[in-house]
Amino acid sequence: MTSAVIPPQTTSAVAMIRTLGLIAALCGFIIVSAYQGTYDAVRENKRIAVERAVFKVIPTARSIVEYVASPAGEIVKVGAGGTAAVSGAVKFYAGYDKDNKLAGIAVEGVAKGYSDNVRILFAYDPAAQTVSGFGVVTSRETPGIGDKILVDKNFLANFPLEAKLTADLKKLANAIVTVKHGSKTNPWEIDAITGATITSRAVGRAINDAAQLLLPRIVPHLSALKEKP
Amino acid sequence: MNASTTERWDEFMEGIWRQNPLFVMVLGLCPALAVTVSAVNALSMGLATTFVLTCSCVLVSLLRKLIPKEVRIATYIVIIATFVTVVDYLIQAISLALYDALGAFIQLIVVNCIILGRAEAHASKNPLLPTLINALGMSAGFTLGLFALGAVREILGAGTFFGIALFGADFQPWVVMVLPPGGFFVLGAWLLIFAAIARRKNARPLSSPAQGVR
Repeated sequence: MTSAVIPPQTTSAVAMIRTLGLIAALCGFIIVSAYQGTYDAVRENKRIAVERAVFKVIPTARSIVEYVASPAGEIVKVGAGGTAAVSGAVKFYAGYDKDNKLAGIAVEGVAKGYSDNVRILFAYDPAAQTVSGFGVVTSRETPGIGDKILVDKNFLANFPLEAKLTADLKKLANAIVTVKHGSKTNPWEIDAITGATITSRAVGRAINDAAQLLLPRIVPHLSALKEKP
Repeated sequence: MNASTTERWDEFMEGIWRQNPLFVMVLGLCPALAVTVSAVNALSMGLATTFVLTCSCVLVSLLRKLIPKEVRIATYIVIIATFVTVVDYLIQAISLALYDALGAFIQLIVVNCIILGRAEAHASKNPLLPTLINALGMSAGFTLGLFALGAVREILGAGTFFGIALFGADFQPWVVMVLPPGGFFVLGAWLLIFAAIARRKNARPLSSPAQGVR
């Protein structure tokens, strides 16, 4: 090898870092502008989405108030003032009718379905101590099979569903369970859809888990929730 | 039409027809199969990709003399990721229902090979105008491809088009079409059609009256 090797043209390290830094700064600027520019619209969209979901499960509600129930049994209104996050606190929505009277309480529940977690929002009727209905927040259940939970007449006939607490208000008197289609005998049982048993069970478990956790915290304070604050 | 306009038009049509990203190059199959369960989802995904592809290619083209070739891939990825984040916020601001329907596939536009491919193969070597035309053509081709998939899957799998019921109440939806396998079926059928058309076009000059020749 006699011929001199021509050194490949190189860019100086400084130039590379400068360019990358410059472009990163430009991109950072674009991202932050987009975030700031859409922030209000996104928040408003989220609020409307929650409101719509709650109004669907509590048809008489005209306005909602968001609360959290802490493990100690305290109920705090989530306001614009910014509430400090309490660990283990559970969020729920109180729906108020046109006279600002409590129309129902909407609680989110989640359980594993056939293909992913099924998140539902269900309404608790404090006067009747029943779960009056539910709606789906997110679900990836099989179209035409698992998504029948929202339209199947026999399944929807399960509601209102009994959700009474024991005398000491510590847990549900009867755990809510999903039973095989046609074998429902008690008002706290859910009659499953034939062919969509797993999704039906997920609905039952989601309601039961959330009700067992939250109702003992809410029910002792119902009088405080009666009127819209 | 003068020569340069024709050329530009050719460049634009390239992405729609001769080099259609979906049906000819078979790129970007991840969103193409995953989100095309309905015409609306397919169209929105196509528009989101259009935004990212066009903006990224324009910025890459503008900065092409500034970007050292040693760090070009990192630069392109940063630029693409930026516009994906922007489109992510925009969709959230427009409609949360749409955002939920498209799910993780909005973020996954970052790794869409069409975009990085365009930035590397075209935008980094060409000035602004040709880049813009090429990017728009490719985006239009991809959007049309997604729409073709989404429309067929929605009509067969749900019996609706843009949410409007097409058939009577007796219609039993062909559910498999909105499930993942249906994506492959419909894509396969479209690829077949495109390949058949391309073949006939190539064969035509040889057999002069093309009609009736099988």
